[in-house]
Parts: sequence; structure tokens; C-alpha cells
Amino acid sequence: MGLNMTTVLSGKVSHPGTAEGEVLLLTEPVSFWGGVDHHGEIIDVHHAQHKAKMTNKILVMPSGRGSSSATAVLAELIRTGDGPLAIVMLQCDTILVIGALVSAEIYDISMPIVELDQEQYAQLTDGMNVKVDAISDHDVATITF
Amino acid sequence: MSSGSHSLTLTAEEQAMLDGADGPAVAMCMRIIVGVARANGAEKLIEIESVHADGTLYHGEAGLDFTEKLVALGGKVKVKTTTNVGSLDLLHPNLVHGDETLMSHGRRLMDAHIALGCEPTWSCAPYQAGHRPEFGSHVAWAESNAIAFVNSVLGARSDRYGDFLDLSAAVTGRVPFGGLHHDEARKAVLVLDFSEIDSRVFSEDAAWAALGVLLGNRAGTRVAAMVGLPGDLADGGVTEDRLKGMGATSASAGGVGLFHVVGITPEAPTLEAIVTPNAEYLKMTAADVREARDTLSTTSSDKLDAVSLGTPHFSVDEFRALSEVIGDGPKFAEHIDFYISTSRDVMARSKKLGYLDVFLNAGGRVVTDTCTYVTPVLNRNVRNVMTNSGKWAWYAPGNLGIDTVLGSLSECVESARAGKVVRDESLWA
Repeated sequence: MGLNMTTVLSGKVSHPGTAEGEVLLLTEPVSFWGGVDHHGEIIDVHHAQHKAKMTNKILVMPSGRGSSSATAVLAELIRTGDGPLAIVMLQCDTILVIGALVSAEIYDISMPIVELDQEQYAQLTDGMNVKVDAISDHDVATITF
Repeated sequence: MSSGSHSLTLTAEEQAMLDGADGPAVAMCMRIIVGVARANGAEKLIEIESVHADGTLYHGEAGLDFTEKLVALGGKVKVKTTTNVGSLDLLHPNLVHGDETLMSHGRRLMDAHIALGCEPTWSCAPYQAGHRPEFGSHVAWAESNAIAFVNSVLGARSDRYGDFLDLSAAVTGRVPFGGLHHDEARKAVLVLDFSEIDSRVFSEDAAWAALGVLLGNRAGTRVAAMVGLPGDLADGGVTEDRLKGMGATSASAGGVGLFHVVGITPEAPTLEAIVTPNAEYLKMTAADVREARDTLSTTSSDKLDAVSLGTPHFSVDEFRALSEVIGDGPKFAEHIDFYISTSRDVMARSKKLGYLDVFLNAGGRVVTDTCTYVTPVLNRNVRNVMTNSGKWAWYAPGNLGIDTVLGSLSECVESARAGKVVRDESLWA
């Protein structure tokens, strides 16, 4: 092969982990508490991606939204396997980071959360397959597609 | 690239805690605190004086697993830690009629908090149940109304914490130095001016619920300064309870963690003391307040099944005001369920002072340790409920599938007696 089609985006590790899967791109943030059911489906009727399912997807959204009880909802989704494989955001959301940290502690499942700048973030499109590498104790997270 | 990952500096003591010197529970909580600090780019951790823990309401197994794991690892809270409401009323066990999992897991979650050394406050208003942090002190409080109150009315400093981080802070005595712990983050970037509105409107408690909706809608998560509102925090609790209700509603309608009321709240003796140079300025009108108030009633029917007060939990001062309104007037109508949610501490003190019995003798019921909008208390056939609480009116239609009518304390009592909604619209005309 003469052409190398691989693109590598780099960002900040908000929570470590690795994942590979299909992007679910949300055009606006979703609140996990009240906005996502326990099967990973978006149930907020006002949301642009209402009824989309985040299970086993790479969830890409601009930021977090809503109640601090979102931590418990995300941890519960990770525990049951109904949650996303990774979350990629423009603006890191503390509430979601806590959910990921707690899941790593009590269930030994490390779901990566990566923060990208606007230029890198804009290159992600819905449905594309990507690989997320956010290695622990490492400064730079990469997203490859 | 720029990153917060390498900017966090721990003290030798904090590093030792992280490395396990104080046992596995402290190490686990320290990993969570440090993980958040790194994600947020905090430069250091700070010591806190107290915690109000909000992970006491059962949302699913993860919360229970986390709390019981801390207990199993030998965890103990390091600072004074009060507890928010649970899913059960431990003093009146027959009042809550949830399913078996909610009852048994809810109970285990409350027990696990006690095993960690938390105080059994079971209240969303710990600040009126003996837990009042000093002005300027750093604390880690969870539960949105409690955060707004401790920051705004007491002038202590808490960022907006939630489940898991609250107990991690309690076990380590540390939080990341960020958000509302910083001086500059406490300045107002928005000014809401109420000075052109006839101040008689603000003698109604329902008006303060409406102010909460306005504040939440206009501010979102930003810090706002409000000017032109009457009140004095040394007036025997009237202003404090109004700010409690307003703050709780604003934290529900928006994400308000701190507000200033100029001339009343402790960090805002003047507008100049608290405002940023380029703050947005909005003039509020009576129509704005009336419109906000109307969003808190979902029906115009005068049919009434129940009254619910005490979200956030009723104070002793509110019980006194209620007992004065009730006086030796007639009892509540037979078909009206009249509930007040409060803390066990406030209930005991109100009983001693004689206020509680006035309410009970009129036919009322008291709920402690939990709240009527988060757990099944109301009878299943209840459709229309009156309240003076903006927060209750905001959440109950979604949580419970009922309709709400917002009214003042005296309108709630009058309506409960009449068996139907009675409101005096003259002030709002």
C-alpha cells in the first residue's frame, strides 16, 4: 500500500483506559441522570439524538450536563456493560470522571475519557471506527482512525 | 502540549496516604481525589473542615457497592460528616411504601454511612440541624441546595460535589483546590436588579420560589448578584428560610452553587465588593417574577388531594410560623394528606417548643430522614398537591407524576382546611 490513511488525533487523558469501536456523535451534551436509561439509551425527549443507544460505542459529546447523581448512573452503566466503551469530550466533565474512577476502583473496568481541542474534535464523525489509547500515567491520549 | 497532568503537587502526607500509609480505604479515596484533581488541572489539594454526604439516597448498586467497599476496607471519615436524606424514614417505617429492593438496599446504604462514622442527620438542611460551617472555611458539601446555602448564606466555601467524591473527601479530609474554593470564582458575573418591583410582592414566600426559578434560568451555573431584595439574616429566620427556598429552587432550575444578595448575604455588603468589571446586567420586572411563579403550578384546577411542605427540610422557625398560622383554627379537611418533611433534629426541637403538636393536632403528618419527592410516601391516588416549595414544585411532577400548585404557607393551610385550592391573587395582579 502506498498511501497511509491513518489519522492520529491527540488529546488529554481525563481517565485512563483503551477502547476500540464505533463513534456515537452527540450534537449536544446529555445528562446521564434523567437523560439516559439503564440500558444506555438516550431517553431525554428534548435531545437531538433521542433514542440513540450508547452501549459499546465511543461516545463523543461536547461536554457533560446536569445532576451530580450522573456519577452513580455512569458507574452503574459501566458495571452492567450497558455503558459506552469510551467518552471523548471537548470540555472534560468532573462528574463523569468520578463515575469512571469509581468503576475502575470497584469493578476493575477502566473506561477512558479523553479531552480534545476543537480542531481535533471536529474530525470525528458519527459511525466511524476509532481506537482510543489513553494509557495510565501518560500525558497524551491518541485516537486513531 | 499543555496538560494538568504534571501540575498537581501533593504534600508528603498526601503522597503517603496515596501510597497506602493510612490503609486501603484512604488510598482508594485518595486515588479518586487525585484523579479528579488531575482531570481538572488542580495544582494542589486543600484540607476541608466538614463534609455533607449525598450518596445516601439509593440510585442503584454502584453506590451501595462503593460505600460497602469503603466499610470493608476499614474506612472512617476524618472530618465531621453529616448525611443527606435516605430512601427510608427510619423513625416512621410505615410511611414509605417502596419495593423490596429499594427498602433493603436503601437501608444498607444508610447503615454503611453510619459504619463509616457519618452522623445520622438524614437531612438536606444540615445547616439548620446543627451543622453550620464558619464563614470562609473550606468544606466539601454535596446536594445542590446544601451547596448553594453553605456558600451563599454562610459564606463557607464548597465546590459543587456529588456522589462518591463526598465520601472520598470525608475519608481523606482533602479536595482538589478548584472551583468555588478560589476567591475569583466567587465573584458575580451577572447582576439581577429587582429594585423596580413593588417590595410587597416579596412578603410572600411563594415569591422567593419564583425568584429561585428566575435566578436558575438566568444564571445557569454562573455566580449572580441580586440587588433590590428586602431581608436581614438576623430577623429570626425569616430571611434565612426564604434564601433556603430560593437557593434550592435555583439549583434545580439551573445549576447555581453560589449567589449573592447584596446587603444580605455575608460576602456582599455592597455590589462593588462582589461584582466583576464586565458583569452582565439584567433589570427584572414584576412580570418576570409572575411568569416564573406560574411555571411552578402545573394545574389551574382548585381540586386538592394533598399538601407537602419542607423541601428543603422544614426549620424550627418554619414550624413556629406554621403553628401561628394554624393557631386554634379548624382542622385540615378529612380528604387532605398534609405532609411536612424535616430532620429528626428539627422535629425533636419543634416538639419541645410545642410547635409540632399544633400541626399534628390539626391532622398533619411528619416525614423525617427522607423527603416526599424522592421516595414513595404520597398515596397512589393523589393527583393535585399544593406546596410553598419551589424545589418540590420543580421536581414532583416528573418524579411522581402529579400536578402541583404553588402557594404561600398561609394559603397552603387555608387550602388544607377548605379541602380545595385557595389562593389570594391580589398581590400578583
